[in-house]
Amino acid sequence: MATPTAETSAAPTPRAAPIQAPRVNVSAAPAVATPTRISIEHVNAFYGQKQALFDVNLQIPDNAVTAFIGASGCGKSTLLRCLNRMNDTISGARVEGQIRLDGVDINSPAVDPVQVRTRIGMVFQKPSPFPMSIYDNVAFGARTHKLAATKTDLDAIVEKSLRGAALWDEVKDRLNKSGLGLSGGQQQRLVIARTLAVSPAVILMDEPCSALDPIATAHIESLIDELRKHTCIVIVTHSMAQAARVSQRTAFFHMGQLIESGLTDQIFTAPKLEQTQDYITGRFG
Amino acid sequence: MKQLTPAGRARYFRRQLIDRLMGGLCVLAAGIGLVLLALILWMLFSKGMGGLSLDVFTKTMSQPGSGGGLANAIIGSLLQVGIGAMLGAPIGMMVGVYLSEVGKESRFAQVVRFVNDILLSAPSVLIGMFVYQIAVLPFGGFSGFAGSIALAIIAMPIVARTTEDILRLVPQAYRDGAVALGSRENEVVRKVVLPAAFGGILTGILLAVARIAGETAPLLFTSLGSDTMSLDMTQPMASIPMAIVRYSNTNYADWIALAWTGAMLITVGVLVLNILSRLSFAAVSKQGG
Repeated sequence: MATPTAETSAAPTPRAAPIQAPRVNVSAAPAVATPTRISIEHVNAFYGQKQALFDVNLQIPDNAVTAFIGASGCGKSTLLRCLNRMNDTISGARVEGQIRLDGVDINSPAVDPVQVRTRIGMVFQKPSPFPMSIYDNVAFGARTHKLAATKTDLDAIVEKSLRGAALWDEVKDRLNKSGLGLSGGQQQRLVIARTLAVSPAVILMDEPCSALDPIATAHIESLIDELRKHTCIVIVTHSMAQAARVSQRTAFFHMGQLIESGLTDQIFTAPKLEQTQDYITGRFG
Repeated sequence: MKQLTPAGRARYFRRQLIDRLMGGLCVLAAGIGLVLLALILWMLFSKGMGGLSLDVFTKTMSQPGSGGGLANAIIGSLLQVGIGAMLGAPIGMMVGVYLSEVGKESRFAQVVRFVNDILLSAPSVLIGMFVYQIAVLPFGGFSGFAGSIALAIIAMPIVARTTEDILRLVPQAYRDGAVALGSRENEVVRKVVLPAAFGGILTGILLAVARIAGETAPLLFTSLGSDTMSLDMTQPMASIPMAIVRYSNTNYADWIALAWTGAMLITVGVLVLNILSRLSFAAVSKQGG
């Protein structure tokens, strides 16, 4: 994938250029050289008069988990919501710069935001299944986009998605029961299954475990690790430990700026900037 | 427990006293409301049960002393309230959906919300006079339809208001979830938001029906009332509230008894509607959509 903004990249191998950190260049070669799925270039975001993101540049690779970390209000969730144009639903929100999914500018007038959101799924902080049956929750997106011609096809999509979210065995006997009757961790996996049902290329997760207990969190984390084999995942998290456990790449934000990004191992063991070091060791934020 | 200083003890007892005082006042206020309601119901039943017989439901209104009933008034009320609700509720629902899901805080939505609130508190006699001007005078006379239109105008803002309020209670996460799956705005509303709010909207509609079932003033200028059984919506039509007005303003004991019975029937009807709406709401929330 061609990425035109190469002026700050010092990645040594021609294939491995998934990192675009404005201030710090990654010198270590990436462990997995996967193509860039989302390319973020000079992105500024505003809520009314208030600027929430300042000139963010970042490449997000496929088949890997990229973690956005930083203190509350640092802009990490804002950037996440820019990636599937969820900010369109907030009045007064405005995005400048280019965000390209597989080379296509998702903010171009020619692009329908609904199409963007079918390619880029999203899982939110609070597990929120729709108030309908487990089956209907998972079938929702498939029905909306007419992905299944027959009931058998739809059944297959539902089963595949629930298996993909590691929930099938727990709910296969009660698919017609309300999704609200599940535990918090099951609900979050149901929401992930609902997202998988439309086969997105990218899954965005906004603090997916912050409302869950440690056991449910462990479930979701191993699921994320499984999912990254065939999708690109971006996760916003407040937990340093979680970022270290699940992600291959980490981007650290502070006050609307991308401070440092790179391989997770490198960010957590040898950050280039003191600010990053301070944050990951808990000295602020 | 930690030993308190004298000043601390005084503060502790003062706070405890105020807490109990406030709690007591709340119970007192609730008690006054309940006692008044119980008195009204007791009066209605004690005076209304006497006139209750099969004749009330089978015979039409007639001359004093000739053993008439309220059949035409009951049918008239059902027709006018039913058609009024069918006209007013869908429009009210659409206004509510617009305010909550589309217009939100836009200037136009704020104007609509303000106008709706005015309509909500407009005196019903005024609405009767308005419909008299637009639906009675131009068509040459009082009619059941004019009554329905007046009732619809009363029901519409109630349904609009309750629909908006209920839709606002639907968690934003449902909308976000549906949008994130690539749903369009109308799909979000139709497939997620409205089903989630179904029980609440139904409750709002039933409350509006309960409200218009007891309205008298708007019918005075529109459907007028009638002594004969009529299903013709283009002619003057009887209704229970109008029958109560007519019968209670007399000295005939049997008419006055029928007026009480009519009042009891409306109250019981409204009570049943309220209970039904609560049951439907509970059933819907229980199965989660």
